[in-house]
Amino acid sequence: MGTRECKHICGESSQGIGEGGRTGEWRSARPVIDNDKCTPARQNKPACFLCWLYCPEGVISKTIPVQINLEYCKGCEICAQVCPTHAITMVNEEEFSS
Amino acid sequence: MKTNAVNLTGTEYILPGNRLCPGCSVSLAYRHILKAMEGQAIVTVPASCLTVLHGMYPVTSVTVPCVNTPFASTGASATGLVAGLKALGRKDLTVLAIAGDGGTHDIGIQALSGAAERQGDFIYICYDNEGYMNTGNQRSGSTPLGAISGTTPILGKQQNQKDMAAIMEAHGIPYVATANASYPLDLYDKVRKARTIEGTRFIHVFTPCPPGWRFPYSDTIRIGELAVQTGWDVLYEVENGVFRLSLASAAVARKGSLRPVRDFLMEQGRFKNLTEEQVQQLQDRVNARWQRYLNRATDLS
Amino acid sequence: MADRKTSVQIIDGNRAAAIGATLSRVQVIAAYPITPQSPVTETLSEFVEEGNLKAEYVAVESEHSALAVCTSASIVGARTFTATSSHGLAYVHEMLHWVAGTRLPVVLACVNRAIGAPWNVLNDQQDSISQRDTGWIQIYARNNQEILDSVIQAYKIAETVYVPVMVCYDGYILSHTEMPVDIPSQDDVDGFLPPYKPHTTLDPASPRNYNLVTLANPRVNAEGVLCHGYMEIRYLLQEALQNSRETIARVGHEFGELFGRSYTGMFWEDRLDDADIVIAAMGSLAMEAMAAADMLRDEGYKVGVLGLRVFRPFPKSDLVKVLKKSRLIVVFDKNVSYGLEGATCSEIKSALYGSGANAVVRNFIVGLGGRDVKARELADAVRKSLPAMKEGALNNEYPEWICEI
Repeated sequence: MGTRECKHICGESSQGIGEGGRTGEWRSARPVIDNDKCTPARQNKPACFLCWLYCPEGVISKTIPVQINLEYCKGCEICAQVCPTHAITMVNEEEFSS
Repeated sequence: MKTNAVNLTGTEYILPGNRLCPGCSVSLAYRHILKAMEGQAIVTVPASCLTVLHGMYPVTSVTVPCVNTPFASTGASATGLVAGLKALGRKDLTVLAIAGDGGTHDIGIQALSGAAERQGDFIYICYDNEGYMNTGNQRSGSTPLGAISGTTPILGKQQNQKDMAAIMEAHGIPYVATANASYPLDLYDKVRKARTIEGTRFIHVFTPCPPGWRFPYSDTIRIGELAVQTGWDVLYEVENGVFRLSLASAAVARKGSLRPVRDFLMEQGRFKNLTEEQVQQLQDRVNARWQRYLNRATDLS
Repeated sequence: MADRKTSVQIIDGNRAAAIGATLSRVQVIAAYPITPQSPVTETLSEFVEEGNLKAEYVAVESEHSALAVCTSASIVGARTFTATSSHGLAYVHEMLHWVAGTRLPVVLACVNRAIGAPWNVLNDQQDSISQRDTGWIQIYARNNQEILDSVIQAYKIAETVYVPVMVCYDGYILSHTEMPVDIPSQDDVDGFLPPYKPHTTLDPASPRNYNLVTLANPRVNAEGVLCHGYMEIRYLLQEALQNSRETIARVGHEFGELFGRSYTGMFWEDRLDDADIVIAAMGSLAMEAMAAADMLRDEGYKVGVLGLRVFRPFPKSDLVKVLKKSRLIVVFDKNVSYGLEGATCSEIKSALYGSGANAVVRNFIVGLGGRDVKARELADAVRKSLPAMKEGALNNEYPEWICEI
């Protein structure tokens, strides 16, 4: 199977999600949000969203409730660290594999 | 209206699933830089961690046009993009050069200096993780005194860092600013401001590196904040020669004292071999520089 | 500069190159001064400042930056021009590979000058010869008319096959020597050279990323198409160079139709039809070689001259056609691939291998560092090689040098 179907004559790339693979597989613990403590969830209106702001991967959404894309979340824990109400805890991945 | 996490645009210009390390401050900084550009940029990038964020042929994770360029040439590549756009009468795009400290302070300094002297009309952002991190943390002109690196593995670096923002200020360009990935809103605002200015605009972004500096990747934001609290990293702008401390550094100045630089150093494995003498040298250097900034700051109310 | 009609002017090679670029309506120029190229960049800045050339003239701070500027401007879609010599070309080496690998139609004028150490600002061809592996088309001019004509053709060739072109001409011998040059009109050149159509796009609505890291193996993209690995992208460059001979000949023919000077051949042939002894030389040296051939013809030898013109892609099969029946080929090189011999000699021999040719080939290194080359010295070298036709080896191990050692 050749690459002639590819029309590139130089290294021209176009966008795609998951370029580095399913980076969710990198993590050893995943962030879990307690919506009783999460400010926008409790107030039921846009507020705080610091987890979204500080996520290096942009996998957290500014929605109510806040969602985290676990397919690509690398488990860096920054969201848990910056949450002012400690609404996010990191839970070991092992607890989810069954 | 003041930028905050609620009113900041939700549009993302970087698709998830890139190859950068967990907790990477460059990822975070780039996210907000591109938000500030509203995606209306042509980015040019030399060999660097950012190249890897962009992906590997034929897939890129970034949704703005991008031209990769050899290591030494970022300033020249940006110049060429500007010249090409001007020649074709295209006014819709800003040229945004983004390079690491290697591509800015060291191998890239000539091209950047030349481009700034020619008053090239582009924004140049240096993300500074104080080493050639993409290739495994070899020492750069921005690696601090005493830091262990791939090429200073035992004795640590014997020289001080190069102050790139000061060098760019000496070029007389209309906008020089320093920013920090742990203060994304400030970074965002500075890029937005840079967009409104013509000529060469330089923004230095402090970007802590978990594997290179040897701290847990969950601590990235905290390390960046410590840098500002200790005066290791000072946030400021120089707009047409007028100096202004920003945000967290202005707050530290109003408070009246810096946290000891040791608080910043001891969090990082790269400083584990520091001698007491080196710690003192670093503290003295931070203090002297801080005083110079305080002397320049005209508005601390 | 001429106004809108053909006219003959007495100009030097540097001015010819600058006029060629101007007539080609280049849009971005970045050329760092270096002896003996400086008048090229000075002349272009003069044309721009006078208002006779609408181009962005970038006063870069080094040659490396010059080609980086041209690369990015070319990716945007502008027609670009740069010029350099010697150390400047060496400095640019990395970017030469980069431009070719991005398949950008940049045109670079190389004013051939010796490379140090030790310092030398005078002519030889070591600089451009050293870059023959980078994937650029290389064309060598014998005189100032060919310089101007080659620059204009270079854009048409480059923008058709998407391979960058280096137009080379001898420093001082051509660059600083005035000769009559027939300068085409702007209208005629406009008719010959259409605007550049880039294969690259920089559009936020459809964003592309150029020159990311590639892997060894092919990789599927987001649309499921199997895309190239590094090797396939590079294969396409070689393929383009191999196929470019056709375009070079066609462009040369079209140029001839419009301007009266045809460039269909990959090399210049002087009295080769009945020659059994051939002198091979490249650039202005080929003119000297013709004077040497005159002398030898007067003595009764059937000598012809092969003036190499297109060096990359190397015209293998074309050479075989004209050299197959030769009995002696004397190759004069103004360059050395140190440790072996002159580059054009090696390549001619490699072309002849397996063709059935059994000429004696002799290589002479001449003219390095601006050493004057006299036609009678070339003739002497040929005479010296004649006995080998009867009893010499076909191939010598190392070249002879015509110098004072």
